[in-house]
Amino acid sequence: MTTHTTTPAATGTGEGGTVLEATGVTMRFGGLTAVKSVDLTVNSGEIVGLIGPNGAGKTTFFNCLTGLYVPTEGRVAYRGTVLPSRSHLVTQAGIARTFQNIRLFPNMTVLENVLVGRHTRTREGLLAALLRGPRFKKAEAESEARAMELLEFTGLAGKRDHLARNLPYGEQRKLEIARALASDPGLLLLDEPTAGMNPQETLATQELVFAVRDQGIAVLVIEHDMRFIFNLCDRVAVLVQGEKLLEGTPEVVQRDERVIAAYLGTPPEEVAAASRPGGAEDGPGAADGAPATTAERPTGTPDPGARNDTGGHGPAGTEGGEKA
Amino acid sequence: MTTTHPTATAPARPGPAPTPGTLPLPAGTARAVTTAGAVLTLAATFLPWTWTRAFPGNLTVTGYPGGLQVLTLTGALLVLLFLASGHGVRGLRWLTPGGTTAPLVLLTAGTFATTWYAAGAISVTLGGVVNLEPGAWIATAGSLLALAGALGLPADTPAGTDGPSGTGAPAIQRLRHSLQAPAPRPARALPDWAEILLIAGAFAVVLYVFTYGIATEYGELFVGFLLLTGCAAPALAKAGLIRRVSRLTARHRNVSIAAAFVAAAAFPFLQSDNQFTSIAANILIFATVALGLNVVVGLAGLLDLGYVAFLGVGAYTAALVSGSPYSSVGLKFPFWAAVLTGALASLIFGVLIGAPTLRLRGDYLAIVTLGFGEIFRIGMQNLDGISGPAVTNGSTGIPQIPDLEILGFNFGETHSFLGFDFTRSANYFWLMLFFTVIVVSVFRRSDSSRIGRAWVAIREDETAARAMGINAFRFKLIAFALGATLAGLAGTVQAHAVSSIDPEQYKFVEAVPPNSAFLLAAVILGGMGTVGGPLIGAALLFLIPAKLQFIGEYQLLLFGVALVLLMRFRPEGLVADRRKQLEFHETGQLDVPDAKALAPVDGNGNGTTGGPDGPNDPGTTGPGKAEG
Repeated sequence: MTTHTTTPAATGTGEGGTVLEATGVTMRFGGLTAVKSVDLTVNSGEIVGLIGPNGAGKTTFFNCLTGLYVPTEGRVAYRGTVLPSRSHLVTQAGIARTFQNIRLFPNMTVLENVLVGRHTRTREGLLAALLRGPRFKKAEAESEARAMELLEFTGLAGKRDHLARNLPYGEQRKLEIARALASDPGLLLLDEPTAGMNPQETLATQELVFAVRDQGIAVLVIEHDMRFIFNLCDRVAVLVQGEKLLEGTPEVVQRDERVIAAYLGTPPEEVAAASRPGGAEDGPGAADGAPATTAERPTGTPDPGARNDTGGHGPAGTEGGEKA
Repeated sequence: MTTTHPTATAPARPGPAPTPGTLPLPAGTARAVTTAGAVLTLAATFLPWTWTRAFPGNLTVTGYPGGLQVLTLTGALLVLLFLASGHGVRGLRWLTPGGTTAPLVLLTAGTFATTWYAAGAISVTLGGVVNLEPGAWIATAGSLLALAGALGLPADTPAGTDGPSGTGAPAIQRLRHSLQAPAPRPARALPDWAEILLIAGAFAVVLYVFTYGIATEYGELFVGFLLLTGCAAPALAKAGLIRRVSRLTARHRNVSIAAAFVAAAAFPFLQSDNQFTSIAANILIFATVALGLNVVVGLAGLLDLGYVAFLGVGAYTAALVSGSPYSSVGLKFPFWAAVLTGALASLIFGVLIGAPTLRLRGDYLAIVTLGFGEIFRIGMQNLDGISGPAVTNGSTGIPQIPDLEILGFNFGETHSFLGFDFTRSANYFWLMLFFTVIVVSVFRRSDSSRIGRAWVAIREDETAARAMGINAFRFKLIAFALGATLAGLAGTVQAHAVSSIDPEQYKFVEAVPPNSAFLLAAVILGGMGTVGGPLIGAALLFLIPAKLQFIGEYQLLLFGVALVLLMRFRPEGLVADRRKQLEFHETGQLDVPDAKALAPVDGNGNGTTGGPDGPNDPGTTGPGKAEG
C-alpha cells in the first residue's frame, strides 16, 4: 500500500457490498512487529468490533487503516479502491475516525469543531473567503446547517457556542463522533468510544452508534467494555499480540477460551508449567499489558472449529503464539 | 453582587461575612478618607509644584495646572467620579455597572503613581526635594491618603471564593481579593442610534487619549501618561465599562469598524506637528506587518522568527522599481504595479522558504525561519557587486527613493484641505491606513471561513486536523504565503515612506521596530489571533521606544521585564480573542447576559476566574481598534 493512486479493485461495490477490506496488513517499527498480517472486512451496514488486550496493536491497526501510518505490508481498500497513505486523503475517501484519547480542537467552539469536519466536503479556498461571493455564503450556510443537524443528532445543539474543552467528558466523546460524521463518511472508526464513561453514558453511546449505523454508515469499533461490544456488534475480531486470533459473532467470541485467556491470563499452574512467555514484544503503546503477555500460551489447545463462522477471513485463528 | 451601598454604613449584607479591604478601616471611614485624599490632590494641582520652569511642563503657576499636574488632576477627578458612582449618586451609576471598589483601588493607585512619579522626577531633575513647593507635598500626601482609603474599602465580591480572604488573611491575599470585581449588570436596552452614539463617544475618548499619548512632548509626561492609563484601563475593565462597550461594538460590528477607521483617519486633523503624524504612519506600517504575522502565528500557529524578511522583500522590490537613481533596475513602475510586484515577490519568497521549512514543527520551524530571516539580510548585504551581483548596493542600501505620485497627487508635498495643512507624513499615513484596512479585512475574512478554521484546527492539533481531512502542509503553506504577501504589501509603502532602505532595517532584533522580535512581541503582547491585539501591541511597542529615548540602553532590558510581567499576569495578551475570552469564562456562554449565570458560578470557585486578573478584562477589542 505504498502508492496512493486510486486503482479500482475487482471487489464488489455499492449497496450491501464490502466497505472496508484490509488484507495482510503488517506494521513493523524497526524490529518490532506491532500488527502482523491482519485481514479484516467490514460490510455495508455492519458494526464490527475489534477487541484485544492492551498493546495488542488495535490502535496501530486503526492508524494503518486511516493513513496515519503507512503499513509495512498489506493493502487497505475502501469500497474496492486502494486507500492512499495520507490521512487527509483517507478522510476524503470516506473513512472518518475518533481517537482513543480525545483529540478535539479544545479552543474552538463545539460548532466550529463540527465545521472543521465538513472540510473535505467543501471547496471554498482563500480567494472565495476573501471575496465572499454568493457561492461562498451558500456553502457556509449549508455547512452550518449540516453541522447543526449533526449536533442535534448527537444532542449537543444547545452547546454550540461552548468551547470544546469545557464540555463534560461524555459530551466530548459525542462531539468527536459528530465531528467525524461531518465528513459524510461511509465508514466510521471509533477508538474506545466509551473509555471512562459511566454505565448510562455507555448506553447512550451504544444508542448513538446504532443510530449512526441506521444512517447507512458502517462502523468499526475498538472497545474494552465487553458488554458494550457484545450488545453492539454484528461481528467481533480479536487481536492478540498483533495477530488476529479469531473473528466471529459475539456469541462465538464470548465463549472462546483463547479470548478469555487472552484477557484474564491462564491459570497460574499452566503458566508455571510453561516456559516463560516474556512480555517484551508488545506493540508500541503497550502500557499495561500484564494479562496479555501470558495470552499466547494456550492458543494452540482449543479446537479450531469454534471460529470462522462468518466466512473465515484468512488465517484468522492460526497458531498465534509464535515469538517475533 | 454589586456592592452599591446606598448608605455609608458598614455593609449589612446577609449571607457571607462582610469582606474587609486590605487595610482594616470601617467602610464609612475608608470612603471619607478616599474622598478627602482625592479632593486634596485635586486642589493641589492648582498650586505650584516647583519654583522653576527648568522642569518641563511649567508646574509653577497657581490656578492653572500644566504638564504632569493635568494627569494628576484627571486621576483625582476620575477617583471622585467613581467614588460618587459607587456611592449610588444618581446619574453616575452607569460608571460602575461591575465592581466599585476594584476600580477605585486601581484609580487611586494610578493617581498615586503619577503624582509620586512627578514629585520624584522634579526632585531628581532639579537636584533634591528642596525644589518641591507645598503644592507637590499636598498632592503627594493627598494621593497617598486616597490610596489608603481605597484600600480600606470593602471588596466587591463576597469572601471565600478563593481561599481565605477574611480579616485574618494575609494582606496580599486581601488586596488580591479586593481587586476582583463581579461581572457588570446587564445593560438597559437603548435605541440603536443611542448605542451607535455611545460607540462613537467611546472611540472619540480612545482617540483623544491616544493622541494625547502620542503628542506628549517630553519623556516625563509620557511616563506619567503610561502610569495613569496603565491603571485607568484595568480600572474601567473592573468597573465593567469595557465589557459593556465591547458588547455594544459586537452588536454593531460594522458601525464599530467604520468608526474605528474614521477615528484613525481623523488623527492627522488633530496634529499640527509633522513629527507625530510621521510616528503614526510608522506605527501603521509596523502594525500592518504585525497583523500579517498574526495570520501565521495567531491563526496557523507557526512560529516565524524571520518574518521581517518579507517586509524587506517588499520594500526592496518597490525600491528597485521606484526609479531611484541608486536602483540597479532602471525602471519606474506606477505605484499599483510596484505594489503588485512587491507583493508577488514576497509571495514567491514566502513559498520558497515555506515549502521546505513547513515540514518542520514547533521549535525547529522557529530556528529555521530565524535562519532564513538572517539569510535575507546578509544576502541583501552581499548583492553589492563585490561579493555577488550588483543589485542592492550592499550595506549602503537604496537611498533617494522618490515620493509616490498617484493620479497626479504627489505624496511628498504638503496639501491644503479644509483649512488644514497635510504634510508628507499625513499623506503616507492615509495611504498606509488604506493598506491597513485591506489587511484587516483580509485577516477577518480569512479567519471566519473554511480556511481559517483549518488553520486554527492545525494550530490546535495537527494530527486530528489531518484526520479530519485537512491537508496540513498545504494550508500551512497558504498561511505562510498569505502572511508574506501582506508583509510585502506593507513593505512597498514603507520603502517610499522612509525613502531610503538598507539591510540593517530588517534585523532579527534591534532596539527600534520593526524587527522580527518586536513583530512577534507585538502579536503576543497584543493578543494572538485578534485584529485589535497586534494593532495595540504595535502601537505600544513603537511608541514606548520612540518616547522614552532617555532610557537609552536600558530600553531592551525594560522591554524584556515588561514582557515577562505581562506573560505572567496576562498570558492571553492585552486583547483576548473570542476563544480566550470563552476560556476565561468556564460557563462558556457567548450571548447570554451572564451576570445572573456568573454570580453563582464564581462562588463555586472555578480555577481560572479565581486569578488576580479575574474574568473581567477580556474583550477590549472594540475601543482598541481606534488606536490603529
